[in-house]
Amino acid sequence: MGTITFPVEASHIMMFARAVGDTNPVYHDAQAASKTEAGGIIAPPTFGQAVAQFDPDYHLRPKPGQAWFGSGKTPSGLDKAPSAGGLHAEQHFEYHRPLRPGDVLTVEMKQGRTWEKESKRAGKLTFRERIAEYRDQSGELVLTARGVGVTTERPVDQG
Amino acid sequence: MALSASHLKVGDSHSETVVENLTRTQIVQYAGASGDYNPIHTDEMYTTKAAGYPSVFAHGMLTMGLTGKMLTNYVGDGRLTKFGVRFTNQVWPGDTLVATATVTAIENGVVALDVATTNQDSKEVVRGSAEARIDP
Repeated sequence: MGTITFPVEASHIMMFARAVGDTNPVYHDAQAASKTEAGGIIAPPTFGQAVAQFDPDYHLRPKPGQAWFGSGKTPSGLDKAPSAGGLHAEQHFEYHRPLRPGDVLTVEMKQGRTWEKESKRAGKLTFRERIAEYRDQSGELVLTARGVGVTTERPVDQG
Repeated sequence: MALSASHLKVGDSHSETVVENLTRTQIVQYAGASGDYNPIHTDEMYTTKAAGYPSVFAHGMLTMGLTGKMLTNYVGDGRLTKFGVRFTNQVWPGDTLVATATVTAIENGVVALDVATTNQDSKEVVRGSAEARIDP
């Protein structure tokens, strides 16, 4: 599935921490962070997911000149909206060390297992596993992520 | 502040309200920061008319990020070694979430935690586990 270069930047960490409502200074205040055990700004535990920003082909980002499946004049910019679409079923991280501003990570994505299951709430479910290994500028493995996505046959029943 | 093995026992727990009355704007913030612009999270017209859901809903990873805030507040900065979850129910605008970590084991300088996040109706939205390095 390819390799992505992910430069870790302080402003991106600040915006990500804001988005999850985390006001811990270790994510935005270099001076305060230098006095903590972390010794400087680090990234919050789910920040690795923001590698999507650096994937040139990421399918969930609109691209100039290409039709987008979200709404414009009509509910979907595509003639036929994708079926129920994909949902996130599981996410697992293993941390070997915290990510820090200045890290330039090389992220290798690999397709994992695929399996199916029948569900009362959403019909046939197809699960796809994806493993991402994040290595730093010296080649050291710093983060391992395993995600499981699920495609449903129909929208999940809310009953 | 890190946890200390001498002050911890199996069954100890820590809870935090990690979001109250989740706003659509916070979901938009998360889309921008994470880069996941799937319109089912931010585009009410698409989500209700094309995708068939009652409203936009939060990224699973926003709920995991909110849950992670409770964990790092509990175990300390840079102490987590593992964190994994299953997304068991969707999270909607207006939801209030409480995240809880419960100690399941303490050995070799590592605490193992059960992790669960529930909404205002006591419905579980995230279930998982975590491990963190602790002090003696």
